[in-house]
Amino acid sequence: MPKAPPFSGPGAVDVALEVNGDAVTVHVPPHRTLLDTLRETLGLTGAKRVCDEGACGACTVLLDGEPVYSCLTLAVACAGRSVRTVEGLSTDGLHPVQQAFIDHDAFQCGFCTPGQIMSCVALLERNASPTAEDVLRAVSGNLCRCGAYPNIVAAALSAAKKQARR
Amino acid sequence: MSIKVVRTKSEFEGQISEETALVDGRDLSAWTPDDELAIVGKDIKRVDGIARVTGRARYTQDLYLPGMLHVRMLRSPYPRARVQRVDASRALALAGVRGVLHRFNAPKAAFRGEETIFREEVRFAGDEVAAIAADSEEAAAEAVRLIDVDYEVLPFVPDLEEAMRDEAVRLEEKGNVSESGKYERGDAKRALAESTTVVEATYRTSTQLHNSLETHGAVASWDGDELTVWESTQHVFGVRAGLQAALKIPYRDIRVLCDYMGGGFGSKGGAGKYSIVAAIFARQLGKPVRCFLTRDEENLAAGNRSATLQQIRIGARGKRIHAIEHLSWSNSGQGRWVADPTGPTNGLYDIPNVRTRSYKVVTSLGALSSFRAPGYVEGTFALDQAIDELADRIGEDPLALRRKHAARQRDPQTGMRYSLKRLLACYDVGAKEIGWRHRGPEGARGSAPYRKRGYGMASQLWGGSGLPPAYATVHLNPDGTAVLRCGTQDIGTGTRTVLAQIVAEELGIDIGDVRVELGDTNSQYAPISAGSLTVASVGPAVRLAGKDARSQLLEAASGLLEVGPSELRVERGAIVSKGRRTPIGEVLGQVDNYTVIGKGSRFPNPEGLSLKTFGAHFAQVEVDVRTGEVFVEHVVAVHDIGRVINPLTAASQVEGGVIQGLGFALGEERIVDRPTGRVVNGNLEGYKIPTVRDVPKITVRFIDDPDTKANNLGAKGLGEPPIIPLPAAVANAVANAIGVRIRTAPITRQRVLEALELQSLQRTRPEAAMRKG
Repeated sequence: MPKAPPFSGPGAVDVALEVNGDAVTVHVPPHRTLLDTLRETLGLTGAKRVCDEGACGACTVLLDGEPVYSCLTLAVACAGRSVRTVEGLSTDGLHPVQQAFIDHDAFQCGFCTPGQIMSCVALLERNASPTAEDVLRAVSGNLCRCGAYPNIVAAALSAAKKQARR
Repeated sequence: MSIKVVRTKSEFEGQISEETALVDGRDLSAWTPDDELAIVGKDIKRVDGIARVTGRARYTQDLYLPGMLHVRMLRSPYPRARVQRVDASRALALAGVRGVLHRFNAPKAAFRGEETIFREEVRFAGDEVAAIAADSEEAAAEAVRLIDVDYEVLPFVPDLEEAMRDEAVRLEEKGNVSESGKYERGDAKRALAESTTVVEATYRTSTQLHNSLETHGAVASWDGDELTVWESTQHVFGVRAGLQAALKIPYRDIRVLCDYMGGGFGSKGGAGKYSIVAAIFARQLGKPVRCFLTRDEENLAAGNRSATLQQIRIGARGKRIHAIEHLSWSNSGQGRWVADPTGPTNGLYDIPNVRTRSYKVVTSLGALSSFRAPGYVEGTFALDQAIDELADRIGEDPLALRRKHAARQRDPQTGMRYSLKRLLACYDVGAKEIGWRHRGPEGARGSAPYRKRGYGMASQLWGGSGLPPAYATVHLNPDGTAVLRCGTQDIGTGTRTVLAQIVAEELGIDIGDVRVELGDTNSQYAPISAGSLTVASVGPAVRLAGKDARSQLLEAASGLLEVGPSELRVERGAIVSKGRRTPIGEVLGQVDNYTVIGKGSRFPNPEGLSLKTFGAHFAQVEVDVRTGEVFVEHVVAVHDIGRVINPLTAASQVEGGVIQGLGFALGEERIVDRPTGRVVNGNLEGYKIPTVRDVPKITVRFIDDPDTKANNLGAKGLGEPPIIPLPAAVANAVANAIGVRIRTAPITRQRVLEALELQSLQRTRPEAAMRKG
């Protein structure tokens, strides 16, 4: 469970957090989601708003390394914590998961892709040699309407193998 | 170059139309199977891959302009009502609210044959009543709740079969049911009477919701008289036409843009009410305005695949199909058109006697819109099951029965020869890959005593020939890199990549040196990205633009290198002359900044030939007879689409179609509460689309035989084909596994259990089964 956030209301408050390695402070009302804060306040539009109710996973980001639905996470609950989004993966060339998504054609329209990638990155960070079953579990909360699923699973497994070889 | 007028017959989603188009110059003959191509036909990774995996791809939803206002709609809670009074004073008093539009204050704006966006009579729960523009989406949503409306509630009818009854509430003066298609060949009624075996069955399919992940929406911004609209669309030119009709401003002043878009599947064909409302507010309030539907709104007001009721009578004489009669009714909601489920019955199998009728039924629900192979998915679900039912009755293998009616090389509907038809090859490949020889008439024991295994298959017919008009230009820069500009869009199908391949191949440069700019009405026209027509419409024009650029480049190089043009060729970014390679940039660099501009247009389809795509899906399933759950274990999808430009992205397209078909077959069903007429599962929680867990082993095969008579690429479309036969193939496999047929899609556990219960009653207590059935 998150620690009690160090702010006082009512109304908008300053929330300090780390986003993709940078310390940022945002001024947000207590009901503002992390997703809307990332997209509208910080201009990080990789995470997508699709269902806005935790059913699709297109808004998945990492909070202290754990994948979360940012549409169900309040910005104030992220005070003092570290958020990673798809934009933070490729500071030094593509992340192996991103490269594997390209190699395996693991997207079509690409709208669910940032969320799928973040779920796979989180998996690989806690399990360097996942099985196909592990991948299925990791991305089972990420919907893809184009049906890129077989290639997404192949991409995650291949990224894991490549990482293991390095 | 010279401009010529051409008239051509074209097919779009099963409808044939006469087109007049302008073409420029002369067409090229098609690449033949013997031509050695360097880039076309290869597994090329998507050219926009990096943008899509890094989050840099900018979708319309991602656009936040400075000072932008947000719109939310007030939608009718009633399926039919008269809007008598709208009082927005409480809404306007809220902080951050900038404007309201409703039927009493909105300017006239034509939309799909009506004069206004906000109707006096709202006709489905979700119909637009008012719109609010505010500084934030939150404020707009809050304000919507504060609008007071007086409704006079009117009688309604939300259900297809209820609306068909004589005593049903009449939603239109002429009645709820109207004929939307008819076709006959031979004499089906007489032929059915003289058939030795006749099967009669009723099939039903449910309303399927697109649920594109990016909802419908637009951002509008004015600069003086000039309007720019960014829209998540399959047709920027369609949006432009819709805006012109609504706002009465010249094309000069409208620019529509769509760079990346998050899925459409047929539903994003033109301007929506949201686009027009955004444009009106933006002009009134002098700020950019964004109007995006929420997920729930998307599932009420942005289209759907019609539910159908279909009756088939099919007769055999001996071991051949002698006649078929197919009647179909589709729930169009408030749609002004309807898709035709009898298309496959009319044109797929060579059956001598055919009679079909299709009917549009209006109901108090949101309008249908095209959904990936509209009509054909629903129709094939009924047709290919009926064929299996007949095969079972006459004791024939269902694949063997189809073969007898699939071999002919003439279109049974028009009598014209096909440009190319490899349906039998699809059957051969599919049967081998699935292991059709394991199929018995009774199904088999599965991986557990309570699991039954079965096999099924179905055929696919679709157009996919493409059509004019479509245009493209290639700008070859002085450094040897090129920019392709084309008014088409990449809706996730890989259009950017495929077009880059064609340019690189024809122009003779590396694919990495081609940049593709799509989705901009400041380019020349390209058709809607729908109907499986993009590659076959736009691709040939792009090839000609590449060819034109190459010819001009060679002429320029001839002058600069002082070598006859016939002794020069372009290869991998260099001009090659007598074994000497000079990079294009070096040659063009000898003159000051000259950009070669190549132009290409789409020429008409050949006359007197029928251009179609074919395919077959085979499914192996297991059914748990305790729970009714269907496990699809293996799907083999074989398609005959002419030349495959990019096997990597084409395979993805097929897998996606199969998976969307699985949703239709096994899970997806819009539920409407009949007493209130409201959709109760208009969200991704209650409406179940397939997840990664629902995906079987999928084997994709292409016949990959270029259709050299079709167009200069030899390629046809692939968007729709891979969803068409899947539901019928699965339904046939389920029937084979459990010995009882589920004639309603989706084949849910409840429907399987009910059918099994009826089957067991029929065995033990036939009279009780009669009453229940």
